[in-house]
Amino acid sequence: MSDAKLMKGNEALAEAAIRAGCNAYFGYPITPQSEILEYLAGEGRKRGMIVLLVVNVNRGGPGLGTIQPSQGDYFQATKGGGHGDYRLIVLAPASVQEMADFVFDAFDLADTYRTPVMILADGALGQMMEKVAFRDYVPAEHIPPKPWATTGKPKARERNIITSLHIEPEKMEQINLRLQEKYRRIAAAETRCEHFHTDDAEYLLVAYGLAARIAQGAVEMARARGIRAGLLRPVTLFPWPTAAVRTLAGRVKGVLVVEMNAGQMVEDVRLAVEGRTPVSFHGRMGGIIPSPDEVLAALEAMAGERVPQHEEAL
Amino acid sequence: MERQAAVQDLAGLECVYERPGTLTDTRLHYCPGCGHGVVHRVLMEAIEELGIQETTVGVAPVGCSVFAYNYLNIDMQEAAHGRASAVATAVKRILPDRYVFAYQGDGDLAAIGTAETIHTANRGENILVVFINNAIYGMTGGQMAPTTLLGMTTTTSPAGRTVETAGYPLKITEIVATLPGVCYASRNSVHTPGAVRHLKKAVLKSFQYQKEKRGMCFIEVVSNCPSGWKMTPLEANRWMAEHMFPLYPPGELKAPK
Amino acid sequence: MPIKGTVAFAVETCKGCELCIDACPQESLALSQEINLQGYHYAVLVKDNCTGCVNCALVCPDAVITVYRENRKKDRVPVATISNVRGNVTVTLDDERKNP
Repeated sequence: MSDAKLMKGNEALAEAAIRAGCNAYFGYPITPQSEILEYLAGEGRKRGMIVLLVVNVNRGGPGLGTIQPSQGDYFQATKGGGHGDYRLIVLAPASVQEMADFVFDAFDLADTYRTPVMILADGALGQMMEKVAFRDYVPAEHIPPKPWATTGKPKARERNIITSLHIEPEKMEQINLRLQEKYRRIAAAETRCEHFHTDDAEYLLVAYGLAARIAQGAVEMARARGIRAGLLRPVTLFPWPTAAVRTLAGRVKGVLVVEMNAGQMVEDVRLAVEGRTPVSFHGRMGGIIPSPDEVLAALEAMAGERVPQHEEAL
Repeated sequence: MERQAAVQDLAGLECVYERPGTLTDTRLHYCPGCGHGVVHRVLMEAIEELGIQETTVGVAPVGCSVFAYNYLNIDMQEAAHGRASAVATAVKRILPDRYVFAYQGDGDLAAIGTAETIHTANRGENILVVFINNAIYGMTGGQMAPTTLLGMTTTTSPAGRTVETAGYPLKITEIVATLPGVCYASRNSVHTPGAVRHLKKAVLKSFQYQKEKRGMCFIEVVSNCPSGWKMTPLEANRWMAEHMFPLYPPGELKAPK
Repeated sequence: MPIKGTVAFAVETCKGCELCIDACPQESLALSQEINLQGYHYAVLVKDNCTGCVNCALVCPDAVITVYRENRKKDRVPVATISNVRGNVTVTLDDERKNP
């Protein structure tokens, strides 16, 4: 474990990628993530691993949008930014330390399941500076070998073909069934979330990434005022912690979802809650970060059944 | 905008140059000494002189000049990164009697937008493409671009660009000039008064060729990036003339007979 | 006698890039000791030998400069109008200009 250093989120992520043995990086300059490109161009070294890690440092949209942070790409990351029945494993860091730690996790997950992994951060996490300590990277056990890789065909084996094109529908369906089975295995083994004061909570907040940091502040403020609030922070956005939210929904009087978008993860919350308890939403768009005060106000409104200012009646 | 009283009074003197009325009053955000400001001004002088302010549509890129629409008092569209010539194509095809230009930097036109650039040129769209080449990604903090020189230091080529890691600087204007759809290809600069006058002529010619439906006009302006290159504006212009002109020499690469 | 000219600067818009100072063939421009509201030392005319050549305005990225120049041509009076020229033309003036 290295000593703690003060680093920007983007730089911590890039340093972790080097330590994890990233041997190729393909990127492009765009605010707020250009530091990843610059760090790897300056500090990068080659080692022998092949994975696919995608990093999205979310900025406000839609379109060119703004350079300020946002969580507006949740749908794109978790429901598919592309074509067909596929899912990405999506990890949502909430600190510069997690920007580093999740890179190691992401490399392992991608290798273990042979599936792309995305780290979904936002412009604040990418740019802010916090203490970070790097542990030594040790690859996970049970990472399967890669006999399928295209490295050049020795005489001893048939040729390897990597393609997503399968014209016969029967074959395509089989491949899809295999993928769906893989996603079930991933959901069973890799779902991660964090609980904060949920044991005795009467009201539950659900938020990820930077919004979770803010919601945590609001929970502390609420507790000081005698409201028993708790926070569930999804760490994997796919697979989503449906079971944890469903269980808590049965025990609380209301759920408040806090996001930096028009309401995206809230749909997954509603699916998990399935009508057991009311679900409210508080969100800001355009790159604006909600304050703990306004989250607290939304929570108090839910608890006191007043209508708060920024709630979307979804 | 305040005007400072001249040292001498103006009796007997007439105004021989003033800022074109086709620029808005908005202060330019570009770094001091940046070539973008000069090119914007020259474009708008030409549009003013030709009397085509009301019939011109411009397309802005992504890059430092993403805010060009704040400065040029004409109808403008913002394109996604690299796609300005595609958007300009659409405008021109739907409104063929308008003067249409796309304004792009080297990242926009020669990296992510390479396909659009080549195919717009190949189709011979009757538009003007203005290509500002300062061999760097300015807006995002000074990363290497396709036109970055060998040995040039940027934030993503901290030890200097090498052929092994990044290939050769891309001379996109030479490539585009070979296409029959391009009727006029010129490489200019704005670092001296004479160079600025040459650019103005090239722009006026281009709007004339557009009127005559001769095909695409492509003007590269070799320019500076004082912030990205970490130099003063004067140092940057001298460095540009000394180091960029050998690879990107000013002159007309192609012109109609 | 050199042509007289002068320049005016939009002080608050000038960014002190010094390109005009370098372009001036008369070395008439310099940065002011003062700063504008943006914090830039703006360009100012420091000599009275400006010829109104427009070099400074041509290189200014912020279109800050207005150029003035005396017009000597307005003192000239046309003495003849020639039109429909088909070949070489010889003009002889038959007045006191020829014989001052």
